[in-house]
Amino acid sequence: MRLYEFEAKQVLAKQGVPLPKRTFAKTPEEAEAAAAAIAGPVVLKSQVLSGGRMKAGGVLFADDPQTAKTHAATILALEINGQQPAGVLVEERRNIAQEYFAAVTWDGRAKRPVIIFSDMGGIDIEEVAETHPDHISRTTFSPSRPFSDYTAKVAVASVGVTGNELAPLTRIVAALARTFLQYDLTLAEINPLVKLDDGSIMALDSHMDMEDEARGAQRTLLTELAIPDSDTRQARPPTQFEIDGALVDSADTRGVAGRVVEFDGDMGLVIGAGGGSLTLFDAVRGAGGKPANYCEIGGNPSVNKAANLTKLVLSKPGVQKIAVMMNVVSNTRADMMARGVIKGCLDAGRVPADTIAIFRIPGSWEEEAVKILQQYGVEYVDRTVSMHEAAGRAVAKMGN
Amino acid sequence: MSLFITVEIADAVQSDEALKKQLVEVCPVDIFALDGPRLTAVENNLDECTLCRLCLDAAGDKVAVIKLYDGNARLE
Ligand code: SF4
Repeated sequence: MRLYEFEAKQVLAKQGVPLPKRTFAKTPEEAEAAAAAIAGPVVLKSQVLSGGRMKAGGVLFADDPQTAKTHAATILALEINGQQPAGVLVEERRNIAQEYFAAVTWDGRAKRPVIIFSDMGGIDIEEVAETHPDHISRTTFSPSRPFSDYTAKVAVASVGVTGNELAPLTRIVAALARTFLQYDLTLAEINPLVKLDDGSIMALDSHMDMEDEARGAQRTLLTELAIPDSDTRQARPPTQFEIDGALVDSADTRGVAGRVVEFDGDMGLVIGAGGGSLTLFDAVRGAGGKPANYCEIGGNPSVNKAANLTKLVLSKPGVQKIAVMMNVVSNTRADMMARGVIKGCLDAGRVPADTIAIFRIPGSWEEEAVKILQQYGVEYVDRTVSMHEAAGRAVAKMGN
Repeated sequence: MSLFITVEIADAVQSDEALKKQLVEVCPVDIFALDGPRLTAVENNLDECTLCRLCLDAAGDKVAVIKLYDGNARLE
């Protein structure tokens, strides 16, 4: 779940990170009062969960409270990427001498958190990585040991920062890393992190994503931030397809048919198994396929649940075939999945052999699954065919 | 109609009250149910059979679990 900028800054403030004076306002009048209290030039920022605020006109500057009120009214009425702003952040405007970038996220390959730091902040970090790789550092650290400031210092010094900036930047990056660990974040970012013309260092914008599953463990923080359980923080409202997917899951306690997300493609996916869904989704896209959906089925679902998910995926207009794929499974029975997807096809009035482009669920009760699939003429591949190869074969069948 | 599994209950089961109760209890996916005094196989649940053999352990050859996808092979 994503935090709004004003919430992310509340979290940073708890860690002692220097921030500009600011007030979260929900009305133009509140924005006017906030600007008056700041008593100087302000920046007004739309509080939406998506990026691209600046380009969309969601960030405006004001030199006096009356202009701040007018701008706040404009921002509060402006929808950005389909989102109505939760409010407007009124912040003192500061003169910037230098911009930095600091983020902590997970490095999937290293299987550890990583600090990404650059002395070229304020711009797209991917662009910096491509055009100025010497201006960006990546420093991994252990999530299971107490975080050491020395690691933050290495991250900052690696791009050549020395002198008066090194110590305050190190303190802020260390605070960011501790925030990341303490609050189960998947991303903690400050961009830009700035040196002001008076030489002080300050976080001007921040972006934080928290692990969805951490909501229970982080109840204290969420209560402090006044985020109720009903506030799911999805980037967009769920589609009917996604609502129906959640119903398939909740109708039966056995197993999981979760995170059903709708896409524009023509290839239905019934995929899962401990992170396998992401790999398989990427593999389908990498092979040139166009997924119609994402989902995570596993945990030994009932035949009925697998059938209902299959039927739902096949009900999406334009879906000709489905790919049924998992990593090697020990906690989901391949034969129950085979029964489920075949039943789903038949219930949807489809011929399983023509509809299931590939079935790759190696693991428990695989031999029984093979018998079922053979009976219905469905192509089965075992673990000797990689997930990427299986995805490629499924995509190749889409033209048939 | 189930697609993958069917279950046959021998007439001898119907006169054994304790066995009928036991079969209702042991099946993890509620395939056995009492319809009045009669033990029946619940059509909607048949395809959920986990092939766990608990019913066979209880009833021996008085119950048959048949795999329709495997040439009507009986679960042994
Ligand atoms: S084998 Fe297990 S699941 Fe199947 S009918 Fe017998 S008890 Fe029920």
